[in-house]
This record gives sequence, C-alpha cells and structure tokens, in this order.
Amino acid sequence: MNEYAGDYIEKQIHRQDEPSNSEIIGNWVKDKIFLGLPLKEYLKTLITPLNIFAGIIVFAGIVLILLRFIFGLEMVTEASNEQPWGLFLTWGLFSGVPFSASGFVIGTAVYIFGLKKYQPIVRNAILLGFLGYLFAVVFLMIDLGRPWRIYYPMFISFGTASVMFLVAWHVALYLSVQFLEFSPSILAWLNQGKIRKIAVSMTLGLTIFGVMLSTLHQSALSAMFLLAPGKVHPLWYTSYLPWLAFISAIGAALALMIVVSKLTTIFFKHRASPHYLESIDEITLGLGTASSFVLFTYVGLRLISITHEGAWKYLDSPIGGWFLVEITLLAILPFLYYYGVQKKKVVLIQFTGVLTIIGIFLNRFNLTLITFNWQLPDRELFFWKEALVVVAVVIIEILVYRWIVNRMPVLADHPDFVGDGH
Amino acid sequence: MISRRDFLKVGGSIVAWSIVGSEHAVAAEDFTGNPDRVGMLTDTTRCIGCRRCEAACNKANKLPEPKTSFEDTTVFEEKRKPYVADVQSYTAVNRYEGEDGKPVYRKLQCMHCDEPACVSACPVAAMKKSKEGPVVWDEKLCIGCRYCITACPFYVPAFEYSSAFDPKIQKCFMCYQRIKEGLIPACAEACPVEAITFGKRKDLIKMAKQRIWGEPDKYIDHVYGEEEAGGTGWMYISGVPFEKLGFPENIGITSYPKLTKDFLSMVNLTLVSWPALLGGFYLASHQKPHAAHKEESVKEEHKS
Repeated sequence: MNEYAGDYIEKQIHRQDEPSNSEIIGNWVKDKIFLGLPLKEYLKTLITPLNIFAGIIVFAGIVLILLRFIFGLEMVTEASNEQPWGLFLTWGLFSGVPFSASGFVIGTAVYIFGLKKYQPIVRNAILLGFLGYLFAVVFLMIDLGRPWRIYYPMFISFGTASVMFLVAWHVALYLSVQFLEFSPSILAWLNQGKIRKIAVSMTLGLTIFGVMLSTLHQSALSAMFLLAPGKVHPLWYTSYLPWLAFISAIGAALALMIVVSKLTTIFFKHRASPHYLESIDEITLGLGTASSFVLFTYVGLRLISITHEGAWKYLDSPIGGWFLVEITLLAILPFLYYYGVQKKKVVLIQFTGVLTIIGIFLNRFNLTLITFNWQLPDRELFFWKEALVVVAVVIIEILVYRWIVNRMPVLADHPDFVGDGH
Repeated sequence: MISRRDFLKVGGSIVAWSIVGSEHAVAAEDFTGNPDRVGMLTDTTRCIGCRRCEAACNKANKLPEPKTSFEDTTVFEEKRKPYVADVQSYTAVNRYEGEDGKPVYRKLQCMHCDEPACVSACPVAAMKKSKEGPVVWDEKLCIGCRYCITACPFYVPAFEYSSAFDPKIQKCFMCYQRIKEGLIPACAEACPVEAITFGKRKDLIKMAKQRIWGEPDKYIDHVYGEEEAGGTGWMYISGVPFEKLGFPENIGITSYPKLTKDFLSMVNLTLVSWPALLGGFYLASHQKPHAAHKEESVKEEHKS
C-alpha cells in the first residue's frame, strides 16, 4: 500500500518543481548509482587502499584473460591432453557451484517449509547463489575452447547421453531462475512496485523448480567424473559420487551462509537492518544444527561408499595419507557443529563454518585436480597465471556483491516493502 | 503470499514442462551397431618400427611437417603420444622391450571404441561413432569443453591449446574420408609388413584368432580390444603381455557410457518427484480454512 502513497507524494513534489528530464536522470543516477553523493564525492569514497590493491589484481587478471583470448589457453593455463581441466573449472565450476546451493537451500527452508526464522538471510542467500552461478559461467567462458558457442547445447546440437549436456542445461536454467528469484530486490531498488508483485508471485514455483534443477546438476557435476574410473583415484571414485556431491553441496551452502552472515555484520553493518543484525546469532545456531545433521550423513555415506568400492587398501600410499587429511577434517566438522549448538557457542559454529568451506574445497580440488590422473607421473597442477586469473575474478565477484548490497535491499527490507517476506 | 490457485497454476505448468523437457535426458542405449562396421587389427609381432605409418598419416591428413624426420629412430627413446607438437601425426609408434631384450613396437592411435566414452561425453554430439565404424568429430559443432579428453580411457583426443580462434580436437579418424571413397586407411596402405590390417571388425576378430591358434607359441591368447571398454574398433594381437606394451591395465570390459547411464536415468524421476513432494508439503502445511471461513481467508489475503 505504501508504494501508492509514495508515488502520490512524489507526483506532488514534481508538479511544484517541474524538473527537466536531464535533472530527473541526473538525480536518478546520483540516487541509485552514486549512493546519493555527487559524482566527485562518490569517486573519492572509492579510493581506498583496499580498492587500489583490488584494482591492480583485477587489471593484471584482465590482461591475462585477454592474452588467453588472443593466443589460446596455452598462454595462461597448464592444461594438457592428460589434464584438460585446470584451476578455472576446479575453482569456478566444481568448487564454486556447490557453495552456490545457498539460494536453493535457504529458499526452500523459507518459502516451502515456512521456516520464517531464516527470512532475514534468504535474499542474501539467493544473491550469493546467483553470483556463484554467474561467475561459474564466467569461468566456463574463459575455459571453453570456443566460448562463442556456449549456447550450442541448448539450441544447436544435443548430446543427450552426456552428463555435461545436463549440466549445461541446468546451469543455464538455474541462472535464470536465480535471477528471477532475486528480481524482487532489484525491482524494489528501481521502485517498480507493480512488476515486483508479479515477480514475488512466482516465488513458490521458482523455488520448487530451483530444487529440481539443483538436485540434478549439483550431483551431475561429480557424476561427470563417473566417466573416468581409471583417472579418479579409487578413494574418491564411487558410484555414490552424485549423491555425495548433492549432500556436500547442502553442507557447503549452510557453511557459506554461516560465514557470510557473520562477515556482513562486520562489513555491511550500515546496510543491514537492526532486525537482521539481531537475528544472526539465532540463525547461526539453527544453521549449525542443520550442518551437523547434513555432514554426519555425508561422512557416513562417504565411509560406506569407500567400503562398498573396496578402496581402503589404497590408504597405504602418499595419496592415501592425503585422503586421511581430507576425511579427518570433514569427519570432525559435524561433531564441532553439534558441540557448538549444544553449548550455544556461536563463534565456534562460525569457525567450523570456515573449516567446512576449506574441507569442501579440499574435497573438490582432490577429486577434480589434485588426485586426478593419479597413475600418471609428473603432473603439473596449475600455472601461477591461472591462479592470478582466479583471484582477479573472485575479486570482481566480491566487488559486484558489494555494489549490489550497497544499493539493493538485501540485508534490510526496502522501506516501501517492509515485512512482505521477499 | 501465494494463493493455492496461484500455486496450482505455477506448479502445474512446471510439472508439465519438466515432463516434456525431460525428453532430452534419454540415457545411452545398449549398443547393437552396424554388423558390417570396419575396424583395424595391429599385429605387434610383425611391426618393425619403420614409422612409415606415421609419415603416411601425416600426408593423408595434411598435417604440418614434424620437427624431426619420420625416419629418425631416436624418437623411440621416449614414449610418445599421438598428436603432440613434435609428432604431427594422428599415430605414434613406441618401442618397448620384449623377451630377451628384443624390441617390440606398438602403434598408438584412437581405438575407435564401439561405444566410445568420448561420444557419450560430448554435450553437443560433435563426437560421433559413424555407421561405418570410425569415431569422427564435427568441427562445426565442437564447443571446446574437452570432456572427451577427460573421458577417454586411452588418453587419445588432443586439443589445440595454442589456438584461440579455431582450436580443434585432434585424433585419428581412421581416414574416414578415404574409407568413404573406397580406399583403405593411409597407415594400413603404407605398412610394408602388413602389421596393420583394415577390414570388417567381425572378420578381423576371426583373422586374429586364426593367427593365435595357428601359432599358439608366438602369440598371447588374447585379442586386445575384442571386449575391452565394451569392444574397440582397433584391435591388437601380441607376443608379449599387453601391459608390457603400455596398454592401460585398468580398463574393464564395461562400455563407458554405462558408467553414467544409471545417473542419467535418475533425471526423470527427480524432475517428477520433487514438485510432487515439495508441492504436496507446501499445500499440506499452508492449507487454508474451508467453506465456512472462506470470506475471512479472502480478507486475509487482501491484507497481505
């Protein structure tokens, strides 16, 4: 109801002042883009040591990306005919996408199961999910040999027996779904109340569609490696790979929300509503309970799968030792979460969240890069230039996130749409 | 909030869409194949390591000049792979040590599997098992994702990492064009000792077994490729165990597309069961009061 009143008042003011079109545009840009500051002052706020540092790395990364598009992948990557996928996909796709499950995990909790407690973080979860997928596509575009054909699996030629075909379709569809799911915040920022109403009405359908797509492509990302039984190390290769991937993606999403929620209370305090800031501790305890449950399931299934494949005999090798590092870390996590929840130690849960993020990254890196082709001697894992490009793209992702959180209602309700649940 | 009618509209159309849309997720089918498909048989007991097959391959496929001449035998000091910068051929002959230190040569190239891992990996069906037998690649469709390289258990397909605008997948195509013109593959034509034989796969299997049965002391009793990876188009017979010739030991007889088939068959189930389960849960937990309270609930809706 508020929006109409707002429109009315705005019209009244405009009638008196009769601003010119250029003034309207200027005010809009000032208000929406420059955070209400004049251009000069806005630019001044951007010059901080951290921004300059970020700028230098982003510049170097963009130079390397340009080199890749002029001289081929060879210029920046260590990719070979034994190890065709390197850091770009291991980071951006195989590790990045599990964490981007945040949108569907929290979205499902709030919009389908009606767990209103998690309402304050749902927009942030969807935004993080959307950006995760968007930048997964960015990494894919850098890594694809012929990126200008990225739409081919959708419209030109269909490799229906390919798991990657499934991934391509689902990532494309889910990226669109996440954009629509986040659109109420964008439309609130643009004061488009009527269109926003339509966007909000799609929430339930989008959430369910998102669960379907996520279940399949989260599991498909690991299922892709089912096709390489001789190359994936036996301690990681199991027919349970798809389900392990799906369950650990839920764990990854919960851990990301635990950690990012804490970070937002430090770095975006001025953008968050008091209600948001107050509720984070309680939400963290809830997420910790869920994480504990999810990771118990994960570790249990993981141990069963190794027994099922008869792979324990590989423990007595250097890679076996490395495996023990990963599995020990992952196995401690559910106990830490459980202890943290029992004793109501929010900080311990947040610390465990950080450990979970490390553990799941380690798991995806091991599966797709570090132990891949374990039988080949002398493998090069990645080139420093690849790492620099990854860091640069991650910085861009963080900057985009900051840009959005500073402008759109993510951590607080928009004044016109307070408490409507979206 | 969303009314039940809205939900049914949206939910229903999603279910309908997922059923229609799931047609694309058909899993790989069991291979029957063209019974007259062609293949190749390499007899490693005959190969003399002359590298003329490499030279003929280079010429037939119009590949660039190699760094070292095709007559140079020092290349045998390392185990080469087909199609690397200094090979410039879709095939490479490597030297291994047989019994009594005698050299044994093995020619490497694409195995032209009956049910290739690379074909089932390709998201755009650029890689195909042709009706005639060779595994071919369509440059017009390839997006350069390199899943075929990840999937191939024989480490065969190669990617042109040095090309930004036209990176090709490079591998042996069993001289598909020549076969269509009625010629035999260039390497088989060039071989001076008939170590490489081209023919229908079923005839080659018979020939291989006849040779083994004819001289059981000379050959290992195994046709490599008859069953490996579900059967390959290129097969080998040998006098020394195959693992001594660098053949991958961990390749079973299951065809590779079967490895992901179970997963892909879950797709339809998931697409249908999730909306039903979650939608059902939502309706059950958000049920509105019936008939008598209808007016009240309508009012409430307006408020929200």
